[in-house]
Amino acid sequence: DTSLAEANSFSPSMPISPSSMINQYKFEDEPELRDLFIAVDDPESHITAIETFITYRVVTKTSRGEFDSSEYEVRRRYQDFLWLKSKLEEAHPTLIIPPLPEKFVMKGMVERFSDEFIETRRKALHKFLNRVADHPTLTFNEDFKIFLTAQAWELSSHKKQGPGLLSRVGQTIRAVASSVRGGVKNRPEMFTEMNHYMETFSEKINTLDKIAHRIYKEEREYFNEMKEYGPIHTLWSASEEDIADSLKDVASCIDKCCKATEKRMAGLSEILLPILHEYVLYNEILMGVLKRRDQIQGELESRVDALANKKTEKDLFSEEIGKLEDKVECANNALKADWDRWKQNMQCDMRSTFTNVAENNLHYYEECLATWESFLASQTVDFHVEEDSEDRP
Amino acid sequence: MEDCLAKKLEITVSEAEKRTGRNAMNIQETYTAYLIETRAVESQSEGQCAPVDSLWRRYSEFELLRNYLSVTYPHIVVPPLPEKRADFVWHKLSADNMDPDFVERRRMGLENFLLRVASHPVLCQDKIFYSFLTQEGGWKEMVNETGFQLKADSRLKALNATFRVKNPDKRFTELKHYSDELQSVISHLLRVRARVADRLYGVYKVHGNYGRVFSEWSAIEKEMGDGLQSAGHHMDVYAASIDDILEEEEHYADQLKEYLFYAEALRAVCRKHELMQYDLEMAAQDLASKKQQCEELATGTVRTFSLKGMTSKLFGQETPEQREAKIKVLEEQIQEGEEQLKSKNLEGRDFVKSAWADIERFKEQKNHDLKEALISYAVMQISVCKKGIQVWTNAKECFSKM
Repeated sequence: DTSLAEANSFSPSMPISPSSMINQYKFEDEPELRDLFIAVDDPESHITAIETFITYRVVTKTSRGEFDSSEYEVRRRYQDFLWLKSKLEEAHPTLIIPPLPEKFVMKGMVERFSDEFIETRRKALHKFLNRVADHPTLTFNEDFKIFLTAQAWELSSHKKQGPGLLSRVGQTIRAVASSVRGGVKNRPEMFTEMNHYMETFSEKINTLDKIAHRIYKEEREYFNEMKEYGPIHTLWSASEEDIADSLKDVASCIDKCCKATEKRMAGLSEILLPILHEYVLYNEILMGVLKRRDQIQGELESRVDALANKKTEKDLFSEEIGKLEDKVECANNALKADWDRWKQNMQCDMRSTFTNVAENNLHYYEECLATWESFLASQTVDFHVEEDSEDRP
Repeated sequence: MEDCLAKKLEITVSEAEKRTGRNAMNIQETYTAYLIETRAVESQSEGQCAPVDSLWRRYSEFELLRNYLSVTYPHIVVPPLPEKRADFVWHKLSADNMDPDFVERRRMGLENFLLRVASHPVLCQDKIFYSFLTQEGGWKEMVNETGFQLKADSRLKALNATFRVKNPDKRFTELKHYSDELQSVISHLLRVRARVADRLYGVYKVHGNYGRVFSEWSAIEKEMGDGLQSAGHHMDVYAASIDDILEEEEHYADQLKEYLFYAEALRAVCRKHELMQYDLEMAAQDLASKKQQCEELATGTVRTFSLKGMTSKLFGQETPEQREAKIKVLEEQIQEGEEQLKSKNLEGRDFVKSAWADIERFKEQKNHDLKEALISYAVMQISVCKKGIQVWTNAKECFSKM
């Protein structure tokens, strides 16, 4: 089916870098088995009387039967993504919903609608949709399908339907009630372990995120100083005769290394920083999922407690208890499966990301090595030529 | 190459030691003394090791030696001493004169200075220099007895000459410009190099933070643990490697610094020329005016306004005898002046000839040394790159096994 193969290349207007294409195919499904391809590109500014906002083009190509067509193109704004995420969380409270890029950037370095901010956000939104598409359960979610396929007005009207405010209030009340009760009494060992894991993991990921940013900053400052270093040698060569060429050659070597260090920086910001940031966002998501599972179990336990005092009429409530028990079992199973899947993906992501970073650094040093070695070769040739000419009487 | 001291005598500055003592004002002070060891080269060819002579000198004695050489051989580009205070430091380096790394680099710089003097065809033959290397006691007195300080030109005199000289040899003027440019560009280069070194230090050291985090993270991971742990170790190696790298680069910086200071030595030779030329021009001018005076007295015409002329007009002219006496004095002075002018001319031409010979020697030395320095810089960078490749190859392997 040639349309599937072409779906990989997408439209030329979409600026997918080679590294992000590799990122896409890190997902557990083999590319050939995928039947849903999504791309987020082409940010556009919209100015109305009330507000200014950006929309992104979402292109979908699919061979699935549930979809009426094999290709869709819609425009979505950040709000729409937020809506989708909250619908997914509602429908699957104990599944790990991928992170969305943040609403605002706290660092203050990037302006709200700067090109850099928009591009970073676009890439993250692209990642989000693809992660959802790769999830064995979420990929078949109805709201997800609507998000990908509905025209703007269709989406608006669909958004207005559904549970809405009251159900959200109910969720909050249950959450508060469960935390007031003091949490869950008989939490299975497995989930306690997950909690402990997340405590350490979130700490380490946060630290790694900071380290990665520090490294980027130091590399950038190094690059800024290097920019000045080469030209001084060229300036010097203007006062010299014999060594002018050597000086100019050194200047050109330094400039080449300078460019190489710029590439290294870019690699870091394209490969490492986004992934670490994503996993920092995952911290909250995972803690949230574990809490919600606790809540569900808490509901069951509080019902059981409440009914324990009423010795009679137990049979009347056995169906209710049974339903709650099922709910807990479903939630546990869903979470367990998704947790394993998440861990596998995380391991995969970390492996390929850090391997890429190492490769990046390798390329940097290899390029610099080649530059200096060729300089050295040219100098020793000159040296021998000079020595020969001295021997002549 | 002529047979110079360096070929007959092995010279090293092998040790540095902290000392306390009383200085000229009887105030307690701490200083560093350097051990100079010398050994005759010839006897080594017989398979025997000649005995090593040694003595201690402090930096101020080196300065005295150099001042003596500069004054005594003004036509020579005298090798410079290593810097007195640590300049162009990047932040991890100490600016403290007592810092062991600074002392060590100064020790090498002083050895380099002695070797440069010992391999100079003219300077190596100087007796004071030889005594500096071999005679521990009484050397200072010996130097002062030469009375070289009296021969030194005052800075003010030299400045005056620089401004007023009319016809200096153009080559010296060009050389002065060159040495200004050289000084300016090398200073700039060293400043930026220090900043680059600072930044490079930051990049490497920050990677050291990976080690601990990876190690702590590996504790909660089953499959990823080993890869993380070993990768962290390689990051530690990477971070630690920068210390040696930058230490080696300091030697390169010292090589450039030597030529930064050589610029001043070049300027000193140019200044001497300007001084001599100015002196010559003044002497010629003086002679010309005396000749004119003589002519005026002889012919009785006053061509230029003079106070004498006015007073004689007002108070009456001199007697013929007085005039004769004056003419005789002037004629003697003129003869003296002509002889002086002749010898000054000769001196000046000799100076230009020998100075320019040494400058050509210096130029060749400079081109050779700087080219070698650039090559050694490239060699250093290659080594840094190879180390980087090794570390990141190892790290990549660890990561790919996570």
